[in-house]
Amino acid sequence: MSRTVPSATPSRPLPKSSGRPNQLFRNLNSKIALTPMILVAAVVFFGGTIWTVIYSFTNSRLLPRASFVGFDQYERLWASSRWIISIQNLLVYGILSLIFSLVVGFVLAALMDQKIRFESAFRTIFLYPFALSFIVTGLVWQWILNPEFGVQGIVRSLGWTSFTFDPLYNPDIVIYGILIAGLWQGTGLVMCLMLAGLRGIDEDIWKAARVDGIPMWRTYIFVVIPMMRPVFITTLVLIGSGIVKLYDLVVAQTSGGPGNASEVPAKYVYDYMFQAQNLGQGFAASTMMLLTVAIIIIPWAYLEFGGKKRG
Amino acid sequence: MRIRAFAAVLAATAALPCAAMAADLEVTHWWTSGGEAAAVKELATAFDATGNKWVDGAIAGSGSTARPIMISRITGGDPMGATQFNHGRQAEELVMSGLMRDLNDVAEKGKWKDIIKPASLLDSCTFEGKIYCAPVNIHSWQWLWLSNEAFKTAGVPVPKDWNEFVAAGPKLREAGLQPLAVGGSAFQVNGLFDTLVIALGGTELYNKVYKDKDEEAAAGPEMAKIFAAADDARKLARGSNVQDWNQATNLVITGKAGGQIMGDWAQGEFQQAGQVAGKDYTCLPGLGLNKTLTTGGDAIYFPVLKDEAKSKAQEVLAETIVDPKVQVAFNLKKGSVPIRGDVDLAAANDCMKKGIEIISKGSTATSTDQLVSADTQKQKEDLMSEFFANASITPEQAQERFASIIGSAD
Repeated sequence: MSRTVPSATPSRPLPKSSGRPNQLFRNLNSKIALTPMILVAAVVFFGGTIWTVIYSFTNSRLLPRASFVGFDQYERLWASSRWIISIQNLLVYGILSLIFSLVVGFVLAALMDQKIRFESAFRTIFLYPFALSFIVTGLVWQWILNPEFGVQGIVRSLGWTSFTFDPLYNPDIVIYGILIAGLWQGTGLVMCLMLAGLRGIDEDIWKAARVDGIPMWRTYIFVVIPMMRPVFITTLVLIGSGIVKLYDLVVAQTSGGPGNASEVPAKYVYDYMFQAQNLGQGFAASTMMLLTVAIIIIPWAYLEFGGKKRG
Repeated sequence: MRIRAFAAVLAATAALPCAAMAADLEVTHWWTSGGEAAAVKELATAFDATGNKWVDGAIAGSGSTARPIMISRITGGDPMGATQFNHGRQAEELVMSGLMRDLNDVAEKGKWKDIIKPASLLDSCTFEGKIYCAPVNIHSWQWLWLSNEAFKTAGVPVPKDWNEFVAAGPKLREAGLQPLAVGGSAFQVNGLFDTLVIALGGTELYNKVYKDKDEEAAAGPEMAKIFAAADDARKLARGSNVQDWNQATNLVITGKAGGQIMGDWAQGEFQQAGQVAGKDYTCLPGLGLNKTLTTGGDAIYFPVLKDEAKSKAQEVLAETIVDPKVQVAFNLKKGSVPIRGDVDLAAANDCMKKGIEIISKGSTATSTDQLVSADTQKQKEDLMSEFFANASITPEQAQERFASIIGSAD
């Protein structure tokens, strides 16, 4: 890993001085090789997205039908309490999972970086949950959090009979029950990425900090973390996409319950598209999801990448 | 092609004479609980006996898990040989867009119009004068299943109707039992609510709300009573931490819960557990109040197939389903009522006999699956599951939202 602050987006190699070859034919082989990928991206991603947005303005039911009804689907969407709950849940889950997986992941990585014994064994243990799918993770945690067989049952059988811990059956805190499972699954990966970032920091920087008498925690916060910026960005993108597509964990743990208390937007989309046989409503919901992501990503990407080119 | 023709000829010579061409037919369904699986086996055996082969395509989970899979297979160009849907409008658009085949020839040959009762079953299979599905059974939602053992433990007589049941609730709680078992999935609370509407509010109110989609009636004082009753049910159901309906039924079977409002498919579970109606458990059709049953149920639809042998096999399956003997064998296992009145059900137990009597008397109503679209049904499910899980929603607030759903229903 490079130990310098990342250079801006890779700059174009300078054109050879012997005339200006046609830009179109440079690296022709790789361009030809990339054509199928570009086509797939254009048709599947952009085409599919645009098609979805257009059909969100129709009253399509089981099958897509081009009879336009304006913003009706969106009005119904925002009047639906289930959608509002879904958005709130996603916000709570998103913010907390972002903070906790970054903090816990980084702390774990920093601890691992102290040249401890059996490091690889610990690394394997922490990364292991990531090898499980969300469905399996969800089922495991459904059992652990089940009041009769799980934690609550075990503690009660030890004699503390008034002990209550049943997050999945309490509408007020159910989303935290899901958060626990999500963190358990995802933190290991964050830790590994962070550890790789930490290993990329030059020994000399640590030595210099030690010579200057800077305490270790300050070195981490003011020197090391700013140097790990690219690693943080990668991690952020990974965690962020995990948050938006949150679906299978909820299905496996609570299937949205109790009541609607743990619904998430992706589940709303699926349920309305396929169970309620109302494609229009599902498309409207997925368009709203896209819009939310775009509102967050575009200004950030502009600052992150757009600014650099000029500066 | 040649090999297939050859195989068909071989099979035809080997099989019973009535099957001209034999084929493997994949049938998808969501009959996966103990009693249901036993019933499917009867159907599969009868179909195999015609020389064809039943390829079981059971999809676990409830109908709401299975239907999206079925629909996407049909619309995605990978249709199965036959598939289950509920009576009603779930397959409506598939039929409209020509993805399902009609069964007119089979129906005319079998005189379905004369033998299938009530006629509403065939009506919901009919689209533009053609019949598109074979009804399998009649299911009704309006049953209260009670555990005699639980009431003995609590020291109260087994209730005779819903009101007595509500009154017995506190006693059951005192005895450490769950008064009302309700699973977490949304269709259960939705069905429970519809049952309260017809059993407590009467058939007229039920029809006004679900058939005429009368928003005023849905917001009116009569419905307010139903919401008050739903509030009672919500209190009685608190603490029932199970997910699937058969797990909830199991609480009643084992005497851990007093009762459950569930369709007559729960009957199959009692039977599987070796329980005897009247002795181990009690059933109250129409919650013991308004003895009217909705005649929903299951039907088998047949997607359009190119393969001729399979299309023929579809016809054979349709005939098999309606066959009197199969009807009896299937429905006894499943706990449902046969779709024809001319079969002998001496082997039926007390509860089933009660149901058959009510249906043959004609005090029936059309099921909500037939009356409202899947979209409306889903909105109701969302509302009801929220209402039942969240005690902070008052009955008045829920009714207001219910009325607006009915107002925009189709």
